Amino acid sequence: MMVNAVQELSRWAVPLLLLIILFYAIIKRVKVYECFVQGAEEGFGIAVRIIPYLVAMMMAVSIFKNAGVMDLLTGMFGQVFVLLHIPPEVIPLAIMRPFSGGGALGIAAELINSYGPDSFIGRLASTMQGSTDTTFFILTVYFGSVGVRRYRYSLAVGLLADISTFLASVYIVNKIFA
Amino acid sequence: MINIVWVLLILSGIVLAGLTGKPEVVTQSAFSAATVAVKYSLELAGIMSFWLGMMKIAEAAGLVESLARIMKPLTRYLFPSVPANHPAMGAILMNLSANILGLGNAATPFGLKAMQELQSINNDKETASDAMCTFLALNTGCITLMPTMIIGLRFSAGSRNPTEIVGTTLFATAVGMTLAIIADKTFRRIFRQVQR
Repeated sequence: MMVNAVQELSRWAVPLLLLIILFYAIIKRVKVYECFVQGAEEGFGIAVRIIPYLVAMMMAVSIFKNAGVMDLLTGMFGQVFVLLHIPPEVIPLAIMRPFSGGGALGIAAELINSYGPDSFIGRLASTMQGSTDTTFFILTVYFGSVGVRRYRYSLAVGLLADISTFLASVYIVNKIFA
Repeated sequence: MINIVWVLLILSGIVLAGLTGKPEVVTQSAFSAATVAVKYSLELAGIMSFWLGMMKIAEAAGLVESLARIMKPLTRYLFPSVPANHPAMGAILMNLSANILGLGNAATPFGLKAMQELQSINNDKETASDAMCTFLALNTGCITLMPTMIIGLRFSAGSRNPTEIVGTTLFATAVGMTLAIIADKTFRRIFRQVQR
C-alpha cells in the first residue's frame, strides 16, 4: 500500500510538476515556448564549464578506488567499528559515500542483495545511502560551474555532515530495528 | 584543504598500486575516469537545458517568486547576505525543493543556476562567498523526504516493506543537515579569526 503510494508519487512527480507550471503559465499569458528556449540556452554553457573540475576529481577518486586503497582502509578501521557496534560490512559504503554517488550506490545494492533488504545490514545500508549526498561531487560541480577555486571551509563542513549522518544512521537503525 | 585531499587520493593510489605490482591500474583509471567525466557533462547539458527551460517558464509566470515569498523567513535566516528579492533565492529554493522531493536530476540544474546567481553578487570571484558555503552545506547534507532510488532497489531485492527505511533516513538526514548548518556558522567565525 505504502510502496504503491510512493511508487505512484515518483512516477507522477515530474509530469505533475510540468502540468502545474504550464497550466499556471498559460493562465498568466506567458509565451511558454520562447521562455523555455531562452532558459534552456544556458544549460550547455554551464555543463561544459564543469568539465575540467569533474575530470580532476573523478580521475583522483578513480585511482584511489581502483588501486585498492579502500580495501586497505576497511581492514584498518575494522576493529574500531566492531567496538562501536557497527557491522564492518558497511565500512566500504561509509568511505565511498562522500566520494562517488555511483560507487556508493553499487556497494549499497550489493549489500542489500547479498544480506537481504530486511536484514540489519540491508536496512543500515539503505538508510546510509538515502540520507546524504556525494560531498566531493557537489563541491566539484557546483564550485566548478562558476570558477570558484578556493572552497574555504566547505569541504570540512560537508565531511562533518557525512560523518554525523553516518553515526545517526547507525544509531537510529539500531534503535528502531534491533 | 581540497589540494591536500586531491593529492592524497592520487598519491595513495599510486603507492599502493606500485606496491601490489599493478601500476597499470593507475593509468587505466585516470584515462577512463577522464572520459566518463566528459560524457557525464554532456549528458548533464541536456537535462540542464530542460530544467532551466522549465524554470524560466515558472519564473515568468511568477511561480518562483511566490515560492520565495512563502519561504522568506527561513531564507533570510540562512542567507542574510543575499537580498530577499534576488533571483538567487528563487534558484536556491527550487534546488532545495527538488532535493526534498527526491528529484535528483532537477536538483543539480537548479543548484548550478543558484551558484551563478550567487557568483554575480560575490566580491572575490575565485573564493567561495558565505552564501555559497551555506548553500553547499545544505546540499551535501540535504534533507530528502523520499529516497526513491533506494526504495526501488529494496523493492526489487524482494523486501517485505521497502519503505520502512523512510523514517530512519529522515532522522539521519535531519541530524546531518542540522549539524551542517551549525558547522557552517561556527566554521565561518573560526575561519575569520584565523585570517585576522
